[in-house]
Amino acid sequence: MIFKTISKKDFNKFLEILIENNNFFAPQKIAKDKNKKPIYDLREIKNIGDIDFNYDIIKYPPRRFFLPYREVISSFKIENNTWEQNIGYETKVPRVLLGLHPCDINSLNKLDKVLLLGDYPSPYYAIRRKNTFIIGMDCEPKPFCFCRSVGTHTVQHGCDLFLIEIGDSYFMEIFSNIAFDFLKKVKTKDTTKADDDEYKRIRKLKTEKFSAKVDVTDLTKILDMEFQSDVWKEWGDRCLGCGSCARVCPTCYCYGIEEKIDLKFQNAGKLKILHACTLVDFAEVAGGFNFRPEKHIRLKYRYYHKHRGFVEAYEESLCVGCGRCGQACLAGITVPEVISSIRE
Amino acid sequence: MEYSLKYQDVLSESKKIKPGGRLNRKTDLGNFEKTFKSEITGVIELTPLEKLFQVQIINHDERERFSFKPGQFLMLEVPGFGEIPISISSSPSRRGVVELCIRKSGRVTNFLHKMQRGSHVGIKGPFGTCFPMEKFVNENVLLIAGGLGLAPLRSAIYYVEENRNMFKDISIMYGTNVPGQMLFTYQYETWKKIDGIKLFTIVQNPDKKWEGKVGLITDLFEEITIDASNTHAIVCGPPVMFKFVCNKLNDIGIPMEKMFVSLERRMHCGMGKCCRCNVGSTYTCLSGPVFDYWTVMNLKEAI
Ligand SMILES: Cc1cc2nc3c(=O)[nH]c(=O)nc-3n(C[C@H](O)[C@H](O)[C@H](O)COP(=O)(O)OP(=O)(O)OC[C@H]3O[C@@H](n4cnc5c(N)ncnc54)[C@H](O)[C@@H]3O)c2cc1C
Ligand code: SF4
Ligand code: SF4
Ligand code: FES
Repeated sequence: MIFKTISKKDFNKFLEILIENNNFFAPQKIAKDKNKKPIYDLREIKNIGDIDFNYDIIKYPPRRFFLPYREVISSFKIENNTWEQNIGYETKVPRVLLGLHPCDINSLNKLDKVLLLGDYPSPYYAIRRKNTFIIGMDCEPKPFCFCRSVGTHTVQHGCDLFLIEIGDSYFMEIFSNIAFDFLKKVKTKDTTKADDDEYKRIRKLKTEKFSAKVDVTDLTKILDMEFQSDVWKEWGDRCLGCGSCARVCPTCYCYGIEEKIDLKFQNAGKLKILHACTLVDFAEVAGGFNFRPEKHIRLKYRYYHKHRGFVEAYEESLCVGCGRCGQACLAGITVPEVISSIRE
Repeated sequence: MEYSLKYQDVLSESKKIKPGGRLNRKTDLGNFEKTFKSEITGVIELTPLEKLFQVQIINHDERERFSFKPGQFLMLEVPGFGEIPISISSSPSRRGVVELCIRKSGRVTNFLHKMQRGSHVGIKGPFGTCFPMEKFVNENVLLIAGGLGLAPLRSAIYYVEENRNMFKDISIMYGTNVPGQMLFTYQYETWKKIDGIKLFTIVQNPDKKWEGKVGLITDLFEEITIDASNTHAIVCGPPVMFKFVCNKLNDIGIPMEKMFVSLERRMHCGMGKCCRCNVGSTYTCLSGPVFDYWTVMNLKEAI
């Protein structure tokens, strides 16, 4: 790993060059929530002054830059009894994303496992992943963050550059050759012993700050033991089956396909639209038979997929502990609460 | 120094794709959305609800490369209407043409039923696991189907028929709700004539013409003696059927590992991505649809 430090002034210079030459997305205030607290999201910016470095959390997961909510995956031109297929996996625009927190970077690493390393790697995803330059930034744990419990509060890989604020400079972890080359034009310094100590101090402080916790020890087995537990019914009674949790989750990737055809039967499109396992029709099959007809069974399935099935397949959970689902849930259902109620 | 990012086409560079740093396993990307354009070369009406479609891949090379095993399925694309998983019903040794038995049950299948010879559809595949016929060698084979379950089983029937000397006794058990739902009735006489194959049928609600047995598929077990020590079974049918039939087989003494079932789930991709077919940690489209019953018993919510 290559470590460097950069003064904030030089870093801003660096950003200016990047903004000028690329499609650049960074945190911005986009609205206020019901408690008058600002909501931040990644937006395209043209001026460095438009970046809000005081953002606490990017409200909507950066997943959408890689897995859009809806996309046309192929189209057909139909003529009489035959047709031609056109496959549109290309997005010709590379881009830069600034400000992803460790949980968000780790969420992309988890998606990589499914969408790049499986039996059928997805070119739609790969093309966006490969053409996106990611600058990660460290963060302050919020009361709902439990990334430490699932081991996603630090970054091992998955971005090009990662920054941690130390006084007037940033401590930089350089992960890619592109980042290394890009940085050549601005002034950076090799890290000193004092920088390293400061890094360690800050990281230690952060680790101590987490208030929300989830105990994942033996969770796969405990979930199996509690499959029939009444606790699920209690949560199911509260759940609205609205799917908001999946909508804001940075690791949810389930989808459905819809095909559309124009009235003249000439042009047809195949749309991939993100779905959610807590929605009622997710597991319905022919004849209207539904494998998960009840709310508590669907909510349970969501937890089983993330904390059991995925663990069995990839040795890690499909949850990065960002707490977004709990924040978005109108019924106030949060992962730490559900898991601890299952463990009891 | 150039500060704008260079666009990279992953499909052509797929051998060395390296997202975000460490993930540098070589990934070979395929254009999996591409569907083989195929012609409907024949349509046979089996019942008012089910038709048998003969489908042939148009491109010669693609057709030559296409092969499958009994129990596998393909994704059938009707442009503009949808793409659905359908089991392959024909003989795996018959190259070039697949037969698909399709029940009218919704948007795509309704439209398919209106399609004629000569129209073009798309196929992708084959997908999924197969009935492990090589495990059945020198064993008795029980083929048990309910309703539309005979569609995937038919492919296995062709296989045992063509490789008759590899297996001992073969029994086919088939049950439907009413006699009019029986599929492939025109082939029963041929099947019965194959040396050592026994065919048993049963319906739940007979009509006036029905002279055969009446009851549930499990009632057919009264008719045959099964040597549990060297028998394998395949069970295909609606979800409710599995539990009853497999429990019965287990009571007789056939180990769960020697029973194979084909699970149905909603499938939108067939490639382990959309999660619609997910059961526990398992994708039915990748690890299934054919599972041994032991695995199924260890999957929560599988049946
Ligand atoms: C491995 C496998 C093999 C199959 N083999 C056959 C076969 O040989 N013959 C046959 O007739 N049918 C088969 N099916 C079922 C067939 O895929 C569905 O009946 C078909 O998708 C319904 O499509 P539709 O658009 O006509 O129905 P829709 O209009 O979409 O809806 C009708 C009903 O089917 C459900 N459905 C929609 N899409 C799917 C889907 N992809 N999978 C399951 N259910 C769905 C809907 O929820 C609804 O309840 C198989 C299914 C699987 C999973
Ligand atoms: S399940 Fe909730 S806490 Fe976990 S990654 Fe998804 S949104 Fe974040
Ligand atoms: S858990 Fe909350 S957000 Fe998720 S479906 Fe239920 S009510 Fe909606
Ligand atoms: S059909 Fe999409 S994951 Fe199996």
